[in-house]
Amino acid sequence: MNKNLFTISPGFEDVMPPEYRELVENGPFGKGLGVSDLGTFKELLEEHPLCAGCGLALSLRLILASLPNPEDTVIVGSTGCNSLAFPQVAVHNIHSLFGNQNAVATGLKRALKLRFPDKIKDVVVIAGDGATADIGLDMVLHSWFRRENITTIMLDNEAYANTGGQESGMSWLGTVLNMAPRGKKFPKIPLPEIAREAGCAYVAVCSPFNPKKMEKMVRRAILVARETGPTYVQVFCPCPTNYKFQPREALKIVKNREREETYIAREYISPAAQEMLSRLEAEAVKKE
Amino acid sequence: MNVQRVVEPDYLFFEAKREKRFITGSEAVKEAIKRANVDIAISYPITPQSESMHLVGDIYAEGYLQDYFRGENELAVMSAAAGASMGGVRVFTATGGPGTLRAFEMFPTWAGTRLPIVCAFMTRGVNSPLSIQPDTIEMAFMLDTGIIIFHAETAQDLYDMLLKAFVIAEQTDVHIPVGVFVDGFFVTHTRVNVEVAPEDLKLPPYNPYSAPVPVMDMENVPIRQMRDPFIMKSNFISYASHASWQQEILAAAERARKYIHKYLGGLVEAENEGAGILIIASGTAVSQSREAVALAREEGLDVGLIKIKSIRPFPTDELRELSRNARVVIVPEFNRVGWLCREVKAAIDDATKVVGGPRVFGGMTMPPELILAEIRRYR
Repeated sequence: MNKNLFTISPGFEDVMPPEYRELVENGPFGKGLGVSDLGTFKELLEEHPLCAGCGLALSLRLILASLPNPEDTVIVGSTGCNSLAFPQVAVHNIHSLFGNQNAVATGLKRALKLRFPDKIKDVVVIAGDGATADIGLDMVLHSWFRRENITTIMLDNEAYANTGGQESGMSWLGTVLNMAPRGKKFPKIPLPEIAREAGCAYVAVCSPFNPKKMEKMVRRAILVARETGPTYVQVFCPCPTNYKFQPREALKIVKNREREETYIAREYISPAAQEMLSRLEAEAVKKE
Repeated sequence: MNVQRVVEPDYLFFEAKREKRFITGSEAVKEAIKRANVDIAISYPITPQSESMHLVGDIYAEGYLQDYFRGENELAVMSAAAGASMGGVRVFTATGGPGTLRAFEMFPTWAGTRLPIVCAFMTRGVNSPLSIQPDTIEMAFMLDTGIIIFHAETAQDLYDMLLKAFVIAEQTDVHIPVGVFVDGFFVTHTRVNVEVAPEDLKLPPYNPYSAPVPVMDMENVPIRQMRDPFIMKSNFISYASHASWQQEILAAAERARKYIHKYLGGLVEAENEGAGILIIASGTAVSQSREAVALAREEGLDVGLIKIKSIRPFPTDELRELSRNARVVIVPEFNRVGWLCREVKAAIDDATKVVGGPRVFGGMTMPPELILAEIRRYR
């Protein structure tokens, strides 16, 4: 994006909303900022309406701060808690239907490749576990099978949270939730491993309670998707509202799950992706 | 690789010297898309549509399109088409029957997102029981999706309507999708003479910035809003925004009327419309009705025929005017529910003079004698 496009026309400064002025004057576009810079610039997410202690909201903030190229990134979302926040995100973002996000991203990425052959336009899907692993699984998988150059990020709160806490395919075995009154009868879907087998060049599992690690994984996923192939990041973001814990306990939940080994941060990197990342990361070190 | 020259739509449609080709309806789709300067086409097989998208694939391989792929199902195809269109390119796809219903959730979404996608619908029966045979019942479901709906009678109509659909859909004051419907098998799989423009001519490219809504390319201001009117708050402002947006989609279709007049010569075509017995039809029911009118004339019966080309927007005023002197209005249809009959009854002043039928469905043909028998009842 040409940054001159969103400068404020002279004489209109005082009528533009303050958050827009802040974005123009102190936004992250074109500055190469990251999660370590949070608090020093105007974030892309403005006053989201999600619950206190929401792991998903924190994840979304961190993902947006981790985008390597926010000035040329388009996000495709889906229905869910996160879709309540997206109207307040200051990069182009699409909500189409519940579950069709990877198909929409497929068409979008191909269109942007045709229109901007000499420019990087990152297409990033950010959707919940219901959208990614249940209702949209066929379109997620087929975008991977087809080797589309898109990044898929799942905000995994292990339930349908926005509709009132129903079991999803990503809920843990035995968990009692709405629509699973006797506990979930089948295990959590192993989507990271499925992603690896389905053609993703880079797969990562992380949580927002290690922001630097998460930033690294999100950036790696987006960089690999540009050249090598589809990528998948699964972000464990516990939901206090539907899992009935105190908002301040989200971090403790993640730690407990790490101890129980029911949440394991991990990465799968294809040889081609590894080669590319090694090259890019060596170049970055040289620059520093 | 073929070198094509961009020409103005009016030249391509009305002035360029046309040549006759003896081709099928599916081949007419290919000829239209070849000249439509389409960027991306997305396909998925379903009878009787498949052949048309094979042929579009062939012209992609020849270099007439920039991208083409087979999606995983119709909902995914229509979703990918939406993504591509939001990314600012010209998109074409096609489906029919059960594929139309599988993809159904996307059609109001296309309209609501102001996407000028052109989709061909090769109509067929909808399960169950399983049928692949001709039937226009899917059009009943599509009437209120917000998309513009044309109904082709012949392969010539199909060629013309598809090409013109892009130009109508992409007008800034319209900018909603156009579905060009055609009766499967009867048109797609039969061969007739079709007049086509020279194949070294094509439409001007789509200008994404002619859209009345932002293109999702991060080349325009990323204000904090989505491309869709995403109204999820529980307050009156939200309800009012959503309500006015829905009305705006309907208004966009209304504004298409002037372009339908300009490019298709109107929403209807009328023959002998002053007659006491009037047939109103769309699609191949028009061809069968024309035969029936000729047979009736041999018996000294005075019968008029109105062909409806545009189902959405619907030619309400035209039908009201044209049917004023008719004693009886006969509406033959290739479906069980009689959706066109319902539309006509709602449009004209005296609904009691509308006769719903004959109707054939499940793959049956409609012999002109069937319509003639209906005409004779009201002689």
